[in-house]
Amino acid sequence: MQKKWVVFFCVFWWQGSNDSLPSAEAVMFLKFSLRSVFYGAGGGNDIQWCFSQVKGAVDDDVAEADIISTVEFNHSGELLATGDKGGRVVIFQQEQENKTQSHSRGEYNVYSTFQSHEPEFDYLKSLEIEEKINKIRWLPQKNAAQFLLSTNDKTIKLWKISERDKRPEGYNLKEEDGRYRDPTTVTTLRVPVFRPMDLMVEASPRRIFANAHTYHINSISINSDYETYLSADDLRINLWHLEITDRSFNIVDIKPANMEELTEVITAAEFHPNSCNTFVYSSSKGTIRLCDMRASALCDRHSKLFEEPEDPSNRSFFSEIISSISDVKFSHSGRYMMTRDYLSVKIWDLNMENRPVETYQVHEYLRSKLCSLYENDCIFDKFECCWNGSDSIVMTGSYNNFFRMFDRNTKRDITLEASRENNKPRTVLKPRKVCASGKRKKDEISVDSLDFNKKILHTAWHPKENIIAVATTNNLYIFQDKMN
Amino acid sequence: MLRGRRRMECTLDAQSLISISLRKIHSSRTQRGGIKLHKNLLVSYVLRNARQLYLSERYAELYRRQQHYPDGAALLAGPAACPPPAAAPPELLPLPADAPDREARSCAAARGGAELLEGPVCAAPPELQRAPCRDSSPAFYRGAGPGGGGAAPGLLYAAGCDFAGGGAPHCSSRTTVLDLDTHVVTTVENGYLHQDCCSQCPCCCQPAPAPASPPPAPGAKRKYYPGQEEEEGVEEGEPGGGGVAGGPPFAPCTKRARFEEYSAEHPQDSSNISNLISIFGSGFTGLVSRQQADSEQPLNGQLCSKQALASLGAWTRAIVAF
Repeated sequence: MQKKWVVFFCVFWWQGSNDSLPSAEAVMFLKFSLRSVFYGAGGGNDIQWCFSQVKGAVDDDVAEADIISTVEFNHSGELLATGDKGGRVVIFQQEQENKTQSHSRGEYNVYSTFQSHEPEFDYLKSLEIEEKINKIRWLPQKNAAQFLLSTNDKTIKLWKISERDKRPEGYNLKEEDGRYRDPTTVTTLRVPVFRPMDLMVEASPRRIFANAHTYHINSISINSDYETYLSADDLRINLWHLEITDRSFNIVDIKPANMEELTEVITAAEFHPNSCNTFVYSSSKGTIRLCDMRASALCDRHSKLFEEPEDPSNRSFFSEIISSISDVKFSHSGRYMMTRDYLSVKIWDLNMENRPVETYQVHEYLRSKLCSLYENDCIFDKFECCWNGSDSIVMTGSYNNFFRMFDRNTKRDITLEASRENNKPRTVLKPRKVCASGKRKKDEISVDSLDFNKKILHTAWHPKENIIAVATTNNLYIFQDKMN
Repeated sequence: MLRGRRRMECTLDAQSLISISLRKIHSSRTQRGGIKLHKNLLVSYVLRNARQLYLSERYAELYRRQQHYPDGAALLAGPAACPPPAAAPPELLPLPADAPDREARSCAAARGGAELLEGPVCAAPPELQRAPCRDSSPAFYRGAGPGGGGAAPGLLYAAGCDFAGGGAPHCSSRTTVLDLDTHVVTTVENGYLHQDCCSQCPCCCQPAPAPASPPPAPGAKRKYYPGQEEEEGVEEGEPGGGGVAGGPPFAPCTKRARFEEYSAEHPQDSSNISNLISIFGSGFTGLVSRQQADSEQPLNGQLCSKQALASLGAWTRAIVAF
C-alpha cells in the first residue's frame, strides 16, 4: 500500500515539474494506482485470473453423455458438484491447504461419482424422459454427511454423500472376508473394534420426489428454512418438504384454461436467500415475478412484477426469443437479483420494478447474427449467471469458450477464455476481445470466426474465495486469482 | 414494427423463416425427451412475426393491384390467369393480426365466426360464372375489417379470383371458410352466401349480403375433427388430452390461430415448396392434387370445400400437433 502512494506522488511531482498537463499515460497510471489504493487487490478486474485445473476428456470428440449440464459449489466451497447429460453426478473436493504451497489454494480432486438418474420411459405418453441432470442444489451441512438435490426433467432426488473411513474388525462369527465361521471352531470371544480403512465415499438416494411435474423441470431452489424447497417446470411451481415425498403443494400455476392461449412459460425460479416466504420466477417474456407465500396458498398473483419496456428500435423477428430469461439469481445479500437473457445480464433492485438498476451487454455483436443463430439453434441456448461472494462481480458465459465478468463497482468488464492452451498452473489468463466490425486489431477475434459449438452455459463462483468453475461442453475448468 | 428491424446478416425473408420454423417444430416431435414447450413457444413467436410481415407485404401488394384495377376486375391473390394444374397451392391472404385474442373473438363473433379457417380458392365452377362482374374487393375488405390493426388474429381470409377458362376478366371470387367452433364449412361467393351442406347441392345459393355467418343447419353440419389419430408427443398432462373426436381442438403448445395458415408459395419458390411437401407429406400433396382435380372436374362448392377441408385438415393436424 505504501509503495503505491510513493508511486502516486512521484508521478504527480514529475508532471508538475515539467509544467505541462498530465499525459494520457500518466493519467491512466494515476487512475490505476488510485484504484489499487482504494479498492485493493480484490477489486474488479484487478483480479488476475490464473488457470488452476481442468477436468474431463481431452479429445475433441465429445460423447453426448459427458456434456456438463450443471455446476454448483456447496455452501462452504469445499465441494464442487457437476451433473452431465448421462445422468451422472461428479463431486470434487478441495484439498486442505498445504502450508508449504502457500501460493495456491487447494486443488479440487474427485471425491465421489454416482449415477443419479437413469433414462425412463413414460408409457402413457410414449415419451422418453431424459436422464440429463438439469440442476444440482446443495443443502447446508448439518452433520458429517453432505446432502444435495439433483433433478432431471421429471424427478428430484435427495442424495446423501457420506464418508466411511473405519470399519469394524474382529467379529466372532465372521471371517474378515465375510464368510461365516463354523461356531464349533470358536474358542475365545473378542469384542470387534473399528480399524481405519481407505476412505470410501458413498452416495445413497434418501428421497425420491417424483410424479409431480407434467412439464420439464427447469429449476429447484432450497428455502432458507432448510426444510422446504421448490421445483419449477414450464407452467407450474411446486413446494416440497424435504421429508415428504408423496405430496407437494402447487404454489404457482400459469397454465391457461385453453392451451391455445399460452403466451409465456416459467423459465427459472428461486427462493429468496433470507426471507423464507419469498421467491421469484422468471418468464419467457422477460418478466420476473416476486411472490409472497403468505399472501395466499396459490401465488398466481404476484406481489411484484419486474419488467423493462422493450426498446422499439431493436424490434426484430427474434425479439421474443432474446428477451426470454434463461436464469435468475438472487444476490447473497438478498437485496438484488440478476437475470440473464440471450444478449445481456440485468441487475434488479427488489425495490424497483420498472427497470433494472444495471445492464451489462454480454455479446451485443451477436444482435446482427440472430438469423444464423436461429437457424443453428444457438439462439435457444440457456446461459446461466452467478454472483461472487461479495456481490460485487457477476459472471456469465458466452461462445467460443469465452466467459465474461462485470465488476459492478468499477463498471469494467473482462472477457476470458477457457482453453487448454493456457494449461500451466498459475498462468495468468489474457483478456480477450471480440471485434464486432471494421478493422480487426491484433489479438482480436472477429465475430465470424467465433466457434458457436463451444459455449459456456454453466459457471459457478466459490462462495468465499476467488475461485471459479467454468464448464465448457465436456470439460470443467477451475481458475483462481493470483495470490501474491 | 418489423419495418424498423435491423438488417439481418443472412437475408432470410418471411417465407424461408416460416419454413425453417415449421421444420424446427416438426423435428422437435421426434426429439428425445419429448417436446420442449418453451422452445416451441419461442418458435411460434418467430412464425407469427414472419407471418405478420408476409401478410403486410401481401396486403400492400394487393392494395396496389386494387388501385391499378379500380373496377375490381382482377383482385388477384397471386399470379394472374388460371393457375396451372400442377401449380403451387393457391395463395392465402391472412390478415395482419395485432389485436389481442379477446378483442378478436368479439369482433369476429360479430361476423359470426369465432375463428375462421380459410380454404384455398377454387376455380370458379361454370354455373357460377354467371355471377355479375362485380367488384370483389368488398369481399376482401369486409374480411379485412377496419384496418389491419383491428383485425382478428384468428381470422384468415382468402380472397382469390380465378379467371374462367374464357380468360375474360371475371370476378368470380369465392372464399371457403371453416368455422372451427361450429365446424361448418361455408363458401362465400362474391358477397353471396352459400351454406354448404353435405346433403344439398351447393348450387342452392341463398344470396345473403352478409359474409360468412353460418347458422348451424340442423343435421347438415359437416363435422371436422382435428387430430383424431394419436398425436405423438402431445405435451398435455391429462390422459387422453390429445385427439379426442369432437373434443376441443388440442393445441397444447401454442395458439392454433397462429398456425391456421400456411405460407403459400409462389410457383417459382419450388425449393420451399418441396421442403414443405416433404415435411407435411400427404397433406400437402393432397393440396396440390386438389388443384388438378379442380381443373378436371366440374367443380361445385361442395367438392371444393370438402377437398379444401381434407387438405387443410392435414395441414392443421401437422402443424398443431407438435
